[in-house]
Amino acid sequence: MLDLLWLVPALPLAGSVVLLAGALRFSQRTTSAVALGSTALSLAVALAALLDFAGGHGATFVQRLFSWIAAGDVAIEFTFRLDTLSAVMLFFVTFVGFLIHVYSVGYMHSEEPRAYARYFAYLNLFMFAMLTLVLGANLVVMFVGWEGVGLCSYLLIGFYFDRDYCAAAGQKAFIVNRIGDFGFLLAIFLALKSFGTVDFAAMQQAIASEPARFAGVLTPIALLLFLGAVGKSAQLPLYVWLPDAMAGPTPVSALIHAATMVTAGVYMVARTNFVYRESPVALLVVAVVGGLTAFFAATIGLAQNDIKKVLAYSTVSQLGYMFLAAGAGAFAAGIFHVFTHAFFKACLFLGSGAVIHAMGGEQDMRRMGGLRKHLPTTYWTFMVATLAISGIPFFSGFFSKDEILGKVFAAGVGDLGGFGSVYLALWALAVAAAFMTAFYMFRAVYMTFHGEFRGDPATAHHLHEAPASMTWPLRILGVGSVVAGFLGVSTALTFGRDMNWFEGILHPIAPSLEVEHTPTLAGEWVLILLSVAVAVAGILLARSFYSGARAFERPRRLAERFPAVYSAVLNKYYVDEAYDRVAVKPLAGLARFSWKGLDTVVIDGTLNASAFFTEIAGDLLRFVQTGNVRNYALLVLFGALAAAAWLLL
Amino acid sequence: MVTAVFYVTVVVGVVSAVIAVSHRNPVVNVLSLVVTLFCIAANFALLGAEFLAAAQVLIYAGAILVLFLFVVMLLNAPEVPQAHEPRPFQRGAGVLLAALAAAGGTLIVIRFGAAAPAPAVAGDAHAIGRLLVGPYLFAFELVSVLLLVALVGALVLVKRKH
Amino acid sequence: MPVPTTYFVLFAVALFAIGAAGVLLRRSGISILLGIELMLNAANLALVAFGRQRGSLDTQVFVFFVMAVAAAEVAVGLALLVAIFRARQSIDVDRLNVLRW
Repeated sequence: MLDLLWLVPALPLAGSVVLLAGALRFSQRTTSAVALGSTALSLAVALAALLDFAGGHGATFVQRLFSWIAAGDVAIEFTFRLDTLSAVMLFFVTFVGFLIHVYSVGYMHSEEPRAYARYFAYLNLFMFAMLTLVLGANLVVMFVGWEGVGLCSYLLIGFYFDRDYCAAAGQKAFIVNRIGDFGFLLAIFLALKSFGTVDFAAMQQAIASEPARFAGVLTPIALLLFLGAVGKSAQLPLYVWLPDAMAGPTPVSALIHAATMVTAGVYMVARTNFVYRESPVALLVVAVVGGLTAFFAATIGLAQNDIKKVLAYSTVSQLGYMFLAAGAGAFAAGIFHVFTHAFFKACLFLGSGAVIHAMGGEQDMRRMGGLRKHLPTTYWTFMVATLAISGIPFFSGFFSKDEILGKVFAAGVGDLGGFGSVYLALWALAVAAAFMTAFYMFRAVYMTFHGEFRGDPATAHHLHEAPASMTWPLRILGVGSVVAGFLGVSTALTFGRDMNWFEGILHPIAPSLEVEHTPTLAGEWVLILLSVAVAVAGILLARSFYSGARAFERPRRLAERFPAVYSAVLNKYYVDEAYDRVAVKPLAGLARFSWKGLDTVVIDGTLNASAFFTEIAGDLLRFVQTGNVRNYALLVLFGALAAAAWLLL
Repeated sequence: MVTAVFYVTVVVGVVSAVIAVSHRNPVVNVLSLVVTLFCIAANFALLGAEFLAAAQVLIYAGAILVLFLFVVMLLNAPEVPQAHEPRPFQRGAGVLLAALAAAGGTLIVIRFGAAAPAPAVAGDAHAIGRLLVGPYLFAFELVSVLLLVALVGALVLVKRKH
Repeated sequence: MPVPTTYFVLFAVALFAIGAAGVLLRRSGISILLGIELMLNAANLALVAFGRQRGSLDTQVFVFFVMAVAAAEVAVGLALLVAIFRARQSIDVDRLNVLRW
């Protein structure tokens, strides 16, 4: 079964090709069958392969498909690699991906068959790209998937391309991603030049056997790779595309911008952990960017009124957590959070999709309220996921987030790389962000589902629960949001007994960095209780602000007292406007100049001039044709004599 | 004796050539060209090309120029004045060119010197014939095709449209 | 002592020059064709002279072919002239200037 590993990405690719080749003339039913079929089959094959993999005790499986680039000394093969790290990713990508395909059938039902087919073609293509990224055994294959997901993200964000802001959002995502991709590419070149190969196993081997030889190049490679991750995973300063990406259909936001594509950056850092662990500076950069992003995005989430925007900033913030973990050397913890986040964030987004669907397209939470009566299933799954993301005990987010906080604190105390104080500061930021996360998530819950309905009566009549195709994925993901956490229970919680299955399986591939002076068991329990307290405090604050009889009074008064602060947060600190002024407008100006000044005048001008001169030459030369026979005879004689002279002399 | 004949043919030939190109009466032109061709035939004989001498008289003087005469008579062409208003450029260039041709020719001659001729090979019909059906057979056949083509072409050109 | 080859060639050159002058300076189509014939003959003479110089008969065969081709050319050329005369009632080549710029 492991031999069929290549089928896992190939099946969705085939589905996509079929849908595109059918020139979008299929009916909705055919499209659904093809898209769901290919994804389901892919999931089945993946599960079978994983079973085989588990049976072989997690021995790394490499499947070489074909030799791709062979130039001189460089040989890059198209190879897939299944080890515990990619196995984890493979599982939830195919599983959550399949669930979202099912959800999409219900959500996109009102679209025309052509648009419907286009959507699923792109979604299937995305699955192919993401799976290639995850299964890639070398940087180049991973990059193929990397670029592919970027492309599909653009296509799907701009799905409603006739709406200007959707098309613009797609472009923004693609261009900002590109900046990151530039870093990734440079890292690939540097790796090729230094190692002569981009294969992960080979590079790891090289570094292990000759550490001194590569010492100088590892930090630049790590930093450049991280630049790629910053773009793809929407960290500071390249996060600006993610909130705008909410213009795409909600299932797309769930799949691409919550569960899978944006976590590719974290996966990539974990994959190349053997580079990062040699460079404390790079690790610090990763941690600092992650921590700052987690905090910064959380503050913006506090004041957003669009339910999807809240979730978007929440995603950015949670991704910050994952990078913070990686930067503290806790790669397994970061991936664990990726895993749990996939479940609860997807659940949250799909739930918001059900809400928007019921509200007839309305996304502003100020016009919602009291929806728990009308959408019970959506409500309880949303609540479960919110509890998970807030880090309430026994829900999945608690286990993963606490693991991260614990590891970051340990890095601080243990002075990882000599930057202990920085890590401690980051830990504090992370705890503050946890408080804010709980607050704004429950704010969203209260504003949307509790209280009285604040929208217009026409919408109120249409409020109904989503169809089965949408609610079943919600249920499954809700369960996952609870259950997934038990896979990685930290040792502290089990009082020293190592029951952290997740950490265990990832240890051979991405071992966490050990520090001296690990906190004591008691110390760890204090931290856990602290983070739980912080989360509960956030929930209570949200409750006092947004629920009950005096809902919205206190936040309104706060906003009135600090109007500048409120407006800054509401307008996301005007970052987009700043980028526009500093980067976008000058570039647009340069482009315009290149077009009007260079292309039209210089290049077109040169061509036109040469054509013009040819014309003139023709106009002048035609006077040779006098029509006079004797003239021609003269010329013939001239020519003949010249030829004779040349031949004879 | 041979040299005397040669010089006579040269003088007669040049004079009649000049008349052939300058007289205004086309019939006179043709007839003086005939004289020139006879001189050339004599030269061929002097050079040992007997067959060619005979062929020259038969084909050129006998057939080609007779054809010219036919056409002259047929067209009853009015005497076209020689370069009535010649374009100065034409005239000048023409004369210059002719002079140039002469000079060039002289140069060639000087260059290729006055070496003694190789032992004479008889240019009789027998020898020529052997060459024609030997190494030059293909060309020979092609020329016959060419003549056919010319014949047909001439007929087509003068056909009256009905 | 036989006549040196160069004399024959000089004669040929003179005839060629006269023929060229005739082609360039006359306006009647027939006169031009006559000039062309003269030039061809001059070339033939030169060929035979050079052939004797080298002791080869190949040039004579070549001359034979030239004569045949000249015959063909004259036939076609005169036919053209006749056709033109029928169309324009004149053989003045200066009048044949329709194909001009």
